[in-house]
Amino acid sequence: MALRMWASSTANALRISTANASSSSAVIPPAFSLARCFSTVLEGFKYNSSHEWVKHEGSVAVVGITDHAQDHLGEVVFVDLPESGKPVSKGSSFGAVESVKATSDINSPISGEVIEVNKKLSDSPGLINTSPYEEGWMIKVKPSDPSELGSLMGPKEYTKFCEEEDASH
Amino acid sequence: MAVSRTRNIGLPLISLLRLNGMPILEQLHLEERLLRSTSENWCLINNGTTDPTIVMGVSGKPVELLDTESVLRDEISVIRRYTGGGTVIVDHATIFVTFICNKDAISGLQSYPQPIMCWSSLLYKEVFQGIGDFTLRENDYVLGNRKFGGNAQSITKNRWVHHTSFLWDYEISRMGYLKLPKRAPQYRQARDHLEFICRMKDYIARSDFIDRTISAVGSHFQLRYSEPKAIQWPRGTKFEPSSRLLRKEELDEAICKSSAVSALLSL
Repeated sequence: MALRMWASSTANALRISTANASSSSAVIPPAFSLARCFSTVLEGFKYNSSHEWVKHEGSVAVVGITDHAQDHLGEVVFVDLPESGKPVSKGSSFGAVESVKATSDINSPISGEVIEVNKKLSDSPGLINTSPYEEGWMIKVKPSDPSELGSLMGPKEYTKFCEEEDASH
Repeated sequence: MAVSRTRNIGLPLISLLRLNGMPILEQLHLEERLLRSTSENWCLINNGTTDPTIVMGVSGKPVELLDTESVLRDEISVIRRYTGGGTVIVDHATIFVTFICNKDAISGLQSYPQPIMCWSSLLYKEVFQGIGDFTLRENDYVLGNRKFGGNAQSITKNRWVHHTSFLWDYEISRMGYLKLPKRAPQYRQARDHLEFICRMKDYIARSDFIDRTISAVGSHFQLRYSEPKAIQWPRGTKFEPSSRLLRKEELDEAICKSSAVSALLSL
């Protein structure tokens, strides 16, 4: 079951709430609605520092980018993914997303062989924005070294990582 | 150009490459290699390119973006570049400015598209101080409500590129190679190219723009002058550039697809 946790803009949201507390007509501006303030981080997933997630399902690992990442990138308009059979290496780029003016590398959290690619993303790259952990999955990998998962962040650690990253900028 | 040493203390180092008329494909290959194979910060300024060339973004489709028949007829080269964004036609009257930086180079800057775009606009605000009504409008540099600079980016795990093609001047007839894009900024309001863009030369001399840009870079970085032949590439690294020239067959294919769609629609 998905557990919604505070992440990324939490610090900003709290500061806004505090700042408006004394105002008799405090209103949280639409730009900071709840949907925008908090990125979703799910239990049962592992995360890397470049904001990709991996979910280990038996002998297969599913990979995508996090809600935090898609929120910061903006509307995804194109996705470039490898073909099945290609190798991926932990920490190295395996593809890219294009969001408006920018291409951004997608880095694999694990090493292995690509066994399936989400073909829906060719026609519907926006699934990465609307459903980053489900319909927006990118590749399925047969891991060559499942112990690599041990070095990734869990949900609480990743949440803290996002908060610290956003707070330091 | 001399830059005061005193004001640069504590600023990140950047190497400046001043190029003149480098072919745009060569420039794109150099940029991507600097992005992926080095760990320094770089600023490239290429003062014009040799031949008129159409440059599409990474996902650009000729059939959607170009009048491919006239492009083929006039033998205009078409490149698909490694960064995102839209389509431009560039030539000797285009000035290119590129920043290639480590993600932690600029204090407080997150390496995502919008923060990088905003940071760049602060730098160019200095360039255009007192000259025209410069602003960043959605993702374009505009004077008033007319675009004069198009931006694109590429972001890797630890580095990013932000590059701009500035329309110092342009030939009206060449804009005819470009279709009105499906995806356009709201402020464009369906204006055709000639109503949407403006010439930088109507506002600033070419050499002034370059000098002011270098000065603005110097207020954000410690500048070090360099040249392409002085670049020390890491040994043993293999680099394959992503930017490439489209083949004639690919543009022909675009015409066939377009004709097939038109035929279907007329049934």
